[in-house]
Amino acid sequence: MIGGLFIYNHKGEVLISRVYRDDIGRNAVDAFRVNVIHARQQVRSPVTNIARTSFFHVKRSNIWLAAVTKQNVNAAMVFEFLYKMCDVMTAYFGKISEENIKNNFVLIYELLDEILDFGYPQNSETGALKTFITQQGIKSQTKEEQSQITSQVTGQIGWRREGIKYRRNELFLDVLESVNLLMSPQGQVLSAHVSGRVVMKSYLSGMPECKFGMNDKIVIDKQGKGGTTDDTVKSGKQSIAIDDCTFHQCVRLSKFDSERSISFIPPDGEYELMRYRTTKDIILPFRVIPLVREVGRTKLEVKVVIKSNFKPSLLAQKIEVRIPTPLNTSGVQVICMKGKAKYKASENAIVWKIKRMAGMKESQISAEIELLPTNDKKKWARPPISMNFEVPFAPSGLKVRYLKVFEPKLNYSDHDVIKWVRYIGRSGIYETRC
Amino acid sequence: MTDSKYFTTTKKGEIFELKAELNSDKKEKKKEAVKKVIASMTVGKDVSALFPDVVNCMQTDNLELKKLVYLYLMNYAKSQPDMAIMAVNTFVKDCEDPNPLIRALAVRTMGCIRVDKITEYLCEPLRKCLKDEDPYVRKTAAVCVAKLHDINAQLVEDQGFLDTLKDLISDSNPMVVANAVAALSEIAESHPNSNLLDLNPQTINKLLTALNECTEWGQIFILDCLANYTPRDDRESQSICERVTPRLSHANSAVVLSAVKVLMKFMEMLPKDLDYYGTLLKKLAPPLVTLLSAEPELQYVALRNINLIVQKRPEILKHEMKVFFVKYNDPIYVKLEKLDIMIRLASQANIAQVLAELKEYATEVDVDFVRKAVRAIGRCAIKVEQSAERCVSTLLDLIQTKVNYVVQEAIVVIKDIFRKYPNKYESVIATLCENLDSLDEPEARAAMIWIVGEYAERIDNADELLESFLEGFHDESTQVQLQLLTAIVKLFLKKPTETQELVQQVLSLATQDSDNPDLRDRGYIYWRLLSTDPVAAKEVVLAEKPLISEETDLIEPTLLEELICHIGTLASVYHKPPSAFVEGSRGVQHRRIPPRAGSVESAESPEVGQSGSSEAPPAVIPSQGDLLGDLLNLDLAPPTATVPSVQPSMQMGAMDLLGGGLDSLLGGDIGGSPSMGAGLGAAPTVMPAALGGAPAVGGGLGDLFDLGGGVGMPTGFYVVPKTLWLPAMKAKGLEISGTFARRGGIIQMDMSLTNKAMSVMTDFAIQFNRNSFGMAPAGPLQVLTPLSPNQTIDVSLPLSTNGPVMKMEPLNNLQVAVKNNIDVFYFSCQFPLSLLFVEDGKMERQVFLATWKDIPNDNEAQFQIKDVHLNSDAASNKLQGSNIFTIAKRTVEGQDMLYQSIKLTNSIWVLAEMRVQTGNPNYTLSIKCRAPEVCQFVYQCYEMVLKN
Repeated sequence: MIGGLFIYNHKGEVLISRVYRDDIGRNAVDAFRVNVIHARQQVRSPVTNIARTSFFHVKRSNIWLAAVTKQNVNAAMVFEFLYKMCDVMTAYFGKISEENIKNNFVLIYELLDEILDFGYPQNSETGALKTFITQQGIKSQTKEEQSQITSQVTGQIGWRREGIKYRRNELFLDVLESVNLLMSPQGQVLSAHVSGRVVMKSYLSGMPECKFGMNDKIVIDKQGKGGTTDDTVKSGKQSIAIDDCTFHQCVRLSKFDSERSISFIPPDGEYELMRYRTTKDIILPFRVIPLVREVGRTKLEVKVVIKSNFKPSLLAQKIEVRIPTPLNTSGVQVICMKGKAKYKASENAIVWKIKRMAGMKESQISAEIELLPTNDKKKWARPPISMNFEVPFAPSGLKVRYLKVFEPKLNYSDHDVIKWVRYIGRSGIYETRC
Repeated sequence: MTDSKYFTTTKKGEIFELKAELNSDKKEKKKEAVKKVIASMTVGKDVSALFPDVVNCMQTDNLELKKLVYLYLMNYAKSQPDMAIMAVNTFVKDCEDPNPLIRALAVRTMGCIRVDKITEYLCEPLRKCLKDEDPYVRKTAAVCVAKLHDINAQLVEDQGFLDTLKDLISDSNPMVVANAVAALSEIAESHPNSNLLDLNPQTINKLLTALNECTEWGQIFILDCLANYTPRDDRESQSICERVTPRLSHANSAVVLSAVKVLMKFMEMLPKDLDYYGTLLKKLAPPLVTLLSAEPELQYVALRNINLIVQKRPEILKHEMKVFFVKYNDPIYVKLEKLDIMIRLASQANIAQVLAELKEYATEVDVDFVRKAVRAIGRCAIKVEQSAERCVSTLLDLIQTKVNYVVQEAIVVIKDIFRKYPNKYESVIATLCENLDSLDEPEARAAMIWIVGEYAERIDNADELLESFLEGFHDESTQVQLQLLTAIVKLFLKKPTETQELVQQVLSLATQDSDNPDLRDRGYIYWRLLSTDPVAAKEVVLAEKPLISEETDLIEPTLLEELICHIGTLASVYHKPPSAFVEGSRGVQHRRIPPRAGSVESAESPEVGQSGSSEAPPAVIPSQGDLLGDLLNLDLAPPTATVPSVQPSMQMGAMDLLGGGLDSLLGGDIGGSPSMGAGLGAAPTVMPAALGGAPAVGGGLGDLFDLGGGVGMPTGFYVVPKTLWLPAMKAKGLEISGTFARRGGIIQMDMSLTNKAMSVMTDFAIQFNRNSFGMAPAGPLQVLTPLSPNQTIDVSLPLSTNGPVMKMEPLNNLQVAVKNNIDVFYFSCQFPLSLLFVEDGKMERQVFLATWKDIPNDNEAQFQIKDVHLNSDAASNKLQGSNIFTIAKRTVEGQDMLYQSIKLTNSIWVLAEMRVQTGNPNYTLSIKCRAPEVCQFVYQCYEMVLKN
């Protein structure tokens, strides 16, 4: 299991050092600094073995988190734990920075003592932790409160405490998708997938039992068999094939496995209900058509057309097209029909920004790139043209069909809950080779 | 007010100041002081001097302060054990606190204080906490047992904590169950044979129930524990699989990977024709693909595991090629791993896409990645024959880019393509030759030279090209020098007339001006071959080369199987068994996949246990080292990284057996080039006199062509059929069976070496431990070609009896060490004593009589040889074949008395009297010898010879 956990600043100074196992010595702290943080070459693996000691590290801005072990630990678990540790810290004091860590080092030690025992991760749900690890020092608790805390930390529903009350029962569902594309210069889709998340903010009283439904092809097809033919025709078009999905630990997985229904008691506040991935019938919101022409050895002509491919009534926002330029670029002239375009020498790219663009439109940029003559034999690698945007629909086609709430013990029904649903599609890695 | 100020105090006299503050009456001030102490501790300052003052702050009802003091205690208690005792009372008191959080805190911290005296006090509170009414305290106490076990295992056993811990598996709270499982698994690891984690269907059922209810981390502990269970039959296996599959949808990647581990392992037991088996296979792919959208570090772990899974069960991901395409922004470690998997998944169906991608990658920035991409193109060509042409043209395109390292890498892989598809793509040689000047890496130069030598007859100016390399001969690396030597010899054999001068030049460069023994030896071999028998030289140097196969870096099946059992863990990330990187007893247990129920294949070869993939293992490009391979120049490194080496893990006990002998076995003279420089003392006059100082001389060159010449020579010596001496299981795939024979006065050890591993074996050598009769190899072990997988080679090793002597038990025991490129292996075998019966063992009658009388009667031993249906003459003839000589025969009352003599190699005489009664199949044998301990073995020889 995890033998120790260290947090360093960018200089390699130790901010937090907690050793859990006897086989990890003080020199392990230095070994990591010398061999990884101060290494001459950039480290080529997130797992490093130094003198029979294994180091797992992740970096958040310029802070290094390293877990150390001498045993054959579950590597996936160690990384999951490090991410979780980051989440917990962020939930407690915001951004992970040197300043914040130094300011909260007592709290961090307290957390580390609680969520990692002898190197074994323990309950690390922020909701539960916040009930008894606080920055204000421990509140005096009654006996009932204490046993409530412990039963929550160890209980089956460790993510929610009992007795939550809201005057207004309300929930927000955000379907957040990132659409990824790799396209050949000729416009052929090399790979495309959507990775989506359903994020829920729940402000519900009591211990509500929820059921979430979406236009999952498997569910719709199953229901279609029993229903009229009309239904199948209608729903058949709208359903989507989900390649795979994963759920927050509140979702009853065995029920999903057998009935494909998503039922759960949600944590209070914001959390990620599910993640999913689709690869079929993706709506690609934009198409990029590049044209690069080399005019002699010192000039390059670039023309890029973007086409929006969705309902004209919808508006895409925050559009940014990034056209890479060679390293020996000496000057760039840009003409674009819409938005603003700039050559950024430090990033070796032309950045073209458009605030808004409606569906079924087209826009174009052309640039002349002057090159310095070099005798470098190596050809320019031509990195792909990448794109960023945000659209108000789900490129996967996912639709929320229902989210039902039942709380038999309290007197509010599904109809009383105010529900909000929002769809946001963003670009993931959206690249076109040129 | 911020806490970061505590990190910045650096003034002198700090300790004294802190001391004063710690003893302050004001609570706030005290707490501030403790914070300062902890901050100093974190940055590495020694604040142990404050121990008593900090411990004094322990008695407080402020939980935050208490936690800080505990943190300090955990760090310094070991260095101040006597002081630490002061804290015990508070701990014991806290374990009784009404607040469960404080009880748990106390027991958790106490377990972290590694001071013997404290652990004694810990037992009682721990016992109470294990049965505490609050689950939070129980789950903490469960882990505490593991802590205590780490400090004092005996104490834990004596106090009966293990049983209490086992009871916790049935606890009503899932988190308590999970922690108990984790603690028990850890303790069980240090007691490999204890039945501590007594997994039976009932406990498994409990675990599976807890699995649905506990935290994500608890699910990982339980799944990892489940993976160690071996279901009784395929039905149980299926029902566990069914209950584990829902975990594949968990958001936590570690839960998913651990579930995959359980499924991959238990699947092995399911009959392949079962519907469920197919369903399960289909269910595995999507979660594995989903892992690739996790954070990069987890992607890396997932990819390393997928690499194993793809080797074990290629069918799972065969349609998922696209998800392994490299993204421009992937970290380099993700890119390199993806590339590896892409090649593994490449097939005729997707090769076009793969090639287009690889070509794209070859223009990226990262040099390592580009090189790997170029190599990958070569591997595709070798793997998918239909694509070879396209690969070659892609490589040519890349060569046109003139990017130095791309060109060099391309040339290296083109050489492999030539090996795989001889006489097909030679048209590209011209293009390659254009780039001769830009090659500055030894591997690329060597590859180019190999190509020129191999196709010398089609390259008009081959001699000029090679000559140009020859100018800087001494500045080249050994690899290039060896290659150049061979290439020029090849050229000479193909175009003898024009290149005589060149070959003279290179031979003298290699033999006279070089300090490198490998180069010198190879030079001499060629020289001698060329000068004695050019036809033989042609046969050797221009011999047809074995084909290379597609898969070049597969992990050896036994290792792969073990790694599959370690999915998700570090072992699967390193692709090494845990014993290779974990110290001590932990992780040394080898995990195995349970055999499939009713599987025919696994029943046949239990030691291979590879029921899943019993297809013929692909041959692998031989790696360097052996003589014939050297001469043929097969020794260019295979196109990709080699299989990770397996650490010696078994048979460590046998190490001492050989004593000093081992050193010489591992010594340089065998390691480098066995059987080289053979018999050069008698070389023809072309050999320079300097040879006198050449390294140790082994068997003659004749051996090269006359493999084990003595085999099958007709003698009367009875040879026992070969028996298995070294099972493949114990020797990483090398199987040795053998027997002994005496032919024409020479003792020979006949062995069959079989390679049952996946990789080629080379560099064989043999050594004996000292033995009763001083037997020792008379020459090196002549295994001249690399031993490919599934290949068997018969070798005859001549033995001498001039080696060091040590009495063995039994007398005819022989302990042998065999070395190859993988490891050293030990076995022992017993030889028949008749091996040592020399040909001049016929005694004079007079001497016999005198000797018989001379040996005291105490030394006489009598034996019965039963069921022999031979008359005395036939028996006598038969025995003579084994050098047991009949000197005289007397007939008394229908009973034939045969007097016989035997001489052993160490000049011990054995006399025997054999009585044969006509019609009675039982003989009576009396043996007399000055060394009576041999009698028993002589008798065995009689039995053996007469009955066969």
